[in-house]
Amino acid sequence: MSEITLDKITKRFPDGTEAVKQLDLDIEDGEFLILVGPSGCGKSTALRMIAGLEDISDGELRIGEDVVNGKAPKDRDIAMVFQNYALYPHMTVRENMAFPLKMAKVDQETIDHQVEEAAKILDLTEHLDRKPSNLSGGQRQRVAMGRAIVREPKAFLMDEPLSNLDAKLRVQMRAEVSRIQNRLETTTVYVTHDQTEAMTLGDRVAVMRKGELQQVGSPQELYERPVNLFVAGFIGSPSMNFMPVELSGRTAKLPFCEVEITEAMAQGLESHSAGSLMVGVRPEHFEDAKLVGDQPGPTFEVEVSILESMGSELYIYFDMDAEVRAEQLDELAADVGSESTAEEGQVVARLDATSEARRGERLELWMDPEKLHFFDLDSGERIAPAGEG
Amino acid sequence: METRSPQERIIWLLGLIVVIFYALFPVLWIISLSLKTPATVTVKPDEGFWGTLVPSDATFKNYEALFKDGLDGPFLKPLINSIGIALIATLIAIVLASFAAYAIARLEFPGKTLVLGGALAIAMFPPISTVGPLFDMWRSLGLYDTWPGLIIPYLSFSLPLAIYTLVAFFREIPWDLEQAAQVDGATPFQAFRKVIVPLATPGMFTAAILVFIFAWNDFLFAISLTSSDASRTVPAALAFFTGDSQFTQPFANIAAAAVIVTIPIIVFVLIFQRRIVAGLTSGAVKG
Repeated sequence: MSEITLDKITKRFPDGTEAVKQLDLDIEDGEFLILVGPSGCGKSTALRMIAGLEDISDGELRIGEDVVNGKAPKDRDIAMVFQNYALYPHMTVRENMAFPLKMAKVDQETIDHQVEEAAKILDLTEHLDRKPSNLSGGQRQRVAMGRAIVREPKAFLMDEPLSNLDAKLRVQMRAEVSRIQNRLETTTVYVTHDQTEAMTLGDRVAVMRKGELQQVGSPQELYERPVNLFVAGFIGSPSMNFMPVELSGRTAKLPFCEVEITEAMAQGLESHSAGSLMVGVRPEHFEDAKLVGDQPGPTFEVEVSILESMGSELYIYFDMDAEVRAEQLDELAADVGSESTAEEGQVVARLDATSEARRGERLELWMDPEKLHFFDLDSGERIAPAGEG
Repeated sequence: METRSPQERIIWLLGLIVVIFYALFPVLWIISLSLKTPATVTVKPDEGFWGTLVPSDATFKNYEALFKDGLDGPFLKPLINSIGIALIATLIAIVLASFAAYAIARLEFPGKTLVLGGALAIAMFPPISTVGPLFDMWRSLGLYDTWPGLIIPYLSFSLPLAIYTLVAFFREIPWDLEQAAQVDGATPFQAFRKVIVPLATPGMFTAAILVFIFAWNDFLFAISLTSSDASRTVPAALAFFTGDSQFTQPFANIAAAAVIVTIPIIVFVLIFQRRIVAGLTSGAVKG
């Protein structure tokens, strides 16, 4: 077990493109850090550099106290779980799991003991003598985990380990991964493009975009205080709604309503030499006006164009007569937009299941005025309210 | 597999019979020939086609004659030469070809296309045009009429084929497997030996069969670069068989020898066929 430090790590390919740019990360001993971002953001490359499978073009990588830039993967004492599991097909489950120990020249008795132990943790005992080809996807995934944990390495590296499983199994294995990591308390770096996995698994989440680190923080931090449009749009499902805004005094004029902003927000905005602004509201910060009672906040009428009932909650989509354009959002749309039903110019709101919203009918909506996020349209940076820690 | 209509099946069956007959009839004929006495070999009895094929006076004399004088006889020493030379050439070719193919499949190095192109060019080079220079070179190097004298040209002509076969197999093996092995603590060579080689065995056996058959069947180099039983292989030795008198050709003896040299090939293929199991990599990655 060890902390891992990435000090201005850069990956430059021979053709000059930079997959990872000056990445700084301190991963603490025993921490579960998630690297998340859309495909092509450099997260896997970063992980593979930690593993030693990719050369580091620039910067320094430390595992524990040692600089490991020039060390071969085998000398770094780390274990990796691959996206496609990479089990050795000619070996049984037992041999697969024993392989790292054999390579480390551990005596047979210890190997047997360790493998049995790991198999017990992973519920694989009865499958030890089967070949990977006779196992189900979930079992293979567990064998891959087993191969990583037998050796008690300094760190686990996981490269989208759950992305090949079906949805139900993924949720199950997610809990499993979390349980194992808690139990072993081994430093873990986990790469995923799935923000749900990132939010549920990690102690801390690092969001990457185009090879650059955007923000590192606890899931809650990223959700409540995203640094820019990209993080705001990436974290949370369904994504945050973005819309243009005009500010006059303390009144923010949104496409569908006007809202009185908080004192702290007004101060924050004041110190910002305002260019164009943009505002973001998460779907869960809307509510059916009938259900909120007399909580402060603007109410307004919209026409429900799409309604999705999840049983426990309702999603409604309504149109706004405005368009938002920002480079970071276009990128997001290209990557995660497909997951959302919302079209451009549509707003999603999550309502309580008891709401009587109907498709095609008009509905009185309420919005939480304290949960507005303001962004600078040009830089994409979020403008924090005054006094935010 | 799709189900076939009875009509289709009959056509397939007929096709199969034609192909099998076409392929195996000469073998049948040579077996028949090898069992005949010198008297009936060339004489056409009035028994029609099947009567000619099935010898009326079947005898194993021809086979006995081949081994009669042991190592001084016409056949045993060349047989040993053939087996030895072909096996050694195969072994060396497979080891060298695996290294070369692995490098070509996995590494980016300058001149990679040149190596592959060169290998292909060598494979297409007509062997006959190298025989003359080789004869002179081998004489001055002392390789003439020795085992290495044959093994070397066999290697150079069979390596390209082996490399091409193995490159295809190595490319099929997911790269993640070696990387997993390296992260698991294996050196690159250990990863190659413990993970890649076992997975590429079918490919190696395929390549081995090709090399072995090439070396085993070669006549051109064998006849040109040997002068005695010290290194003469069976195909060349057959040409030196003598009949009972200078006017009779030893057809029956040659046929018997031909049957015997076919056996190792069949055995070789049968053994290795079992190892050429498809789908060995299934289950490595998500299927």
